[in-house]
Amino acid sequence: MNRTMPPEFRVKIDQEKCRKCKRCLMSCSFGVYSFADRVIPDSDKCVACNRCVVMCPEDAITIHENPNVYRDHPNWPLSIRKNVWKQAETGGVLLTGMGNDQPYPIIFDHLVVDACQVTNPSIDPLREPMELRTFLGRKPDKLEMEMTGGKPRLKEKLPQNIKLEIPVIFAPMSFGAISLNAHKSLAMAAKESGTVYGTGEGGLHEELYDYGPWTIVQCASGRFGVHSEYLNAGVAVEIKIGQGAKPGIGGHLPGEKIGAEISRTRMIPVGTDALSPAPHHDIYSIEDLRQLIYAIKEATGYKPVSVKIACVHNVAAIATGIVRAGADIVYLDGFKGGTGAAPTQIRDHVGIPIELALAAVDDRLRQEGIRNQASIVAAGGIRSSADAVKAIALGADACAIGTAALLALGCSLCQKCYTGNCAWGICTQKPELTRRLDPEWGAMRLNNLLRAWGHEIKEFLGALGVNSVESLRGSRERLRGVGLDAQTLDILGVKPAGR
Amino acid sequence: MTINAKGVYYRDLNEQVREAVKNGAAEVTLDNVNGQRYIADGLRGKATITINGTPGNDLAAFMDGPTLVVNGNAQDGVANTMNDGKIIINGNAGDVLGYGMRGGKLYIKGDVGYRVGIHMKGFKSQIPVIIAGGAAGDFFGEYMAGGLLVLLGIGRKKGEPIAGSYLGTGMHGGVMYVRGEVDPRDCGAEVGILEPNEEEMAELSSYLKEYCKDTGHDYDRIMKEKFIKIYPKSSRPYGRLYAY
Repeated sequence: MNRTMPPEFRVKIDQEKCRKCKRCLMSCSFGVYSFADRVIPDSDKCVACNRCVVMCPEDAITIHENPNVYRDHPNWPLSIRKNVWKQAETGGVLLTGMGNDQPYPIIFDHLVVDACQVTNPSIDPLREPMELRTFLGRKPDKLEMEMTGGKPRLKEKLPQNIKLEIPVIFAPMSFGAISLNAHKSLAMAAKESGTVYGTGEGGLHEELYDYGPWTIVQCASGRFGVHSEYLNAGVAVEIKIGQGAKPGIGGHLPGEKIGAEISRTRMIPVGTDALSPAPHHDIYSIEDLRQLIYAIKEATGYKPVSVKIACVHNVAAIATGIVRAGADIVYLDGFKGGTGAAPTQIRDHVGIPIELALAAVDDRLRQEGIRNQASIVAAGGIRSSADAVKAIALGADACAIGTAALLALGCSLCQKCYTGNCAWGICTQKPELTRRLDPEWGAMRLNNLLRAWGHEIKEFLGALGVNSVESLRGSRERLRGVGLDAQTLDILGVKPAGR
Repeated sequence: MTINAKGVYYRDLNEQVREAVKNGAAEVTLDNVNGQRYIADGLRGKATITINGTPGNDLAAFMDGPTLVVNGNAQDGVANTMNDGKIIINGNAGDVLGYGMRGGKLYIKGDVGYRVGIHMKGFKSQIPVIIAGGAAGDFFGEYMAGGLLVLLGIGRKKGEPIAGSYLGTGMHGGVMYVRGEVDPRDCGAEVGILEPNEEEMAELSSYLKEYCKDTGHDYDRIMKEKFIKIYPKSSRPYGRLYAY
């Protein structure tokens, strides 16, 4: 037990209610509980994931924040003091999981959506057709027709696109960061809901090749699990340059998470760290990026190539370079994007919000007349259908959800993904934990989430008086800002409410 | 079959190669190749493709099985993330060779550029091998996670370094053999230098015999000089970097 740091949480057992069934001992993957005549919690180890609370049949467990107070200091909140203590003790880089938890303003919450009243009729999506179908990929500059056999035909073949039944996709999360059962849940749900999931950079387990039509495979700097068959397994290939939670940072999947299965798909020995270099060492320029994009296109029969970047200061200029390099999709990951493991300081202090990056990129691509050449996927802080609607109005073709998808699988946002101890069986490779997540159950919950969001998006569209998500795309006139400063509104291309 | 690549756009050339291999051609010869990129990218099967001339960047990226013989120099990005197959380059080759390579062999007769063999991998019997006859630039075998990387330093003038700086930086798997000496100051902090033992020399020499047969180098002359073995000191070089 560490005496310089107080426990973050207090675990209390109501001993009168407790039947001593020991479910809590079995549930806790962080070793909080022991048993000697009665259940004894060690609060020091608790991460407040609430697995035990949910599993306790008697509802006998409560977890509180540690009520002990330290003298308040606005410049030194307890969270910062704890970081210093931890580093003084270990000398290590602070690690964390999930997205940025600092109280930055959430711009989505300062945007409101328009609706029809009196002068233009709104539409009831329950009674009238409402189109959510979305195609991701390059759209031709113009369509030329010719008459063959008395029928008009397109002169040139259309570029391959990804067909989505809902403009929400599952964000790439690697097999390694998350469990095979989590991957299976995502794959099954993507198939059922007519969307796609991303493999992340950990290769594709052979059991998931059947879900290819609903898969975007990823090629990242570590090139884990990347081979010809893999590249051709999905509907598109994503080159991951950066991630919103850790822009400019590579990945270290710790050796603890490299078991036999991960070892096989990543081609590294059991127990070794899986190191993804910070940059792709074959990409030091836009020209190099173009080279990899076209190498992949040549190897896959010209499947769409997505390029995923973290949103950083010059994101608009970078995005035009990406589109001119030949990418069919630009995937923008805002600084609130999640992660299985990232250095805390990087996660909390590097990158820019998705709302601003998205607006800036959409603007720039329009100004340069190349917006049709690539679709934009917005990610990193999409929490609800309202966020998705606002992102689409700001210019996104589709949104990607990672954290929301994990929440659907049971995640309680305890932010301990990097420990490999996920009590919900999502972000772990330990067999006794991964089996807690039943892929069928997971897929059902993900499907439920997408169905609900789909209905809600249709409600928004109906209120706006449009019958297709296409009509909302980039329609910033349908958004207004509340409590945003003039410059932010200018970047967003949104008027203040009341105008 | 023979394809004349003179003035043919890379996309058309690669389509012709893919078509030929698909139709069962066991041997394909490409004449007058001059900078066409992406040749044999993602190509599978067992065909042998002879390339006369200078192929462009990303030759054999993601390739999975075929054999390529380049009679000329090669440029950057050869064998990028290659899975299986064999490439013989009877000349020099450029930067970023064998990046993330997962299997197969890349034999280069002459010199190689910067960032060669970065993040090569290996798993059980699938061991990628790169042998370069001449000298190499900086970052040789950076982040190396598996496989075999050999540098022979043939034809270098006295006093010229065999490799650049940052050799094996971040290396955490696999092994390198260098024929000659490297200054430890030019090596990453993560690697150690040892003399190879008999077993290791036997494994190395079996590869070198094949290499010499393929590239025309004199095996006995190569074996006259001493080799050093460069290995990762830890499979988890950054295991203690973090506070949990």
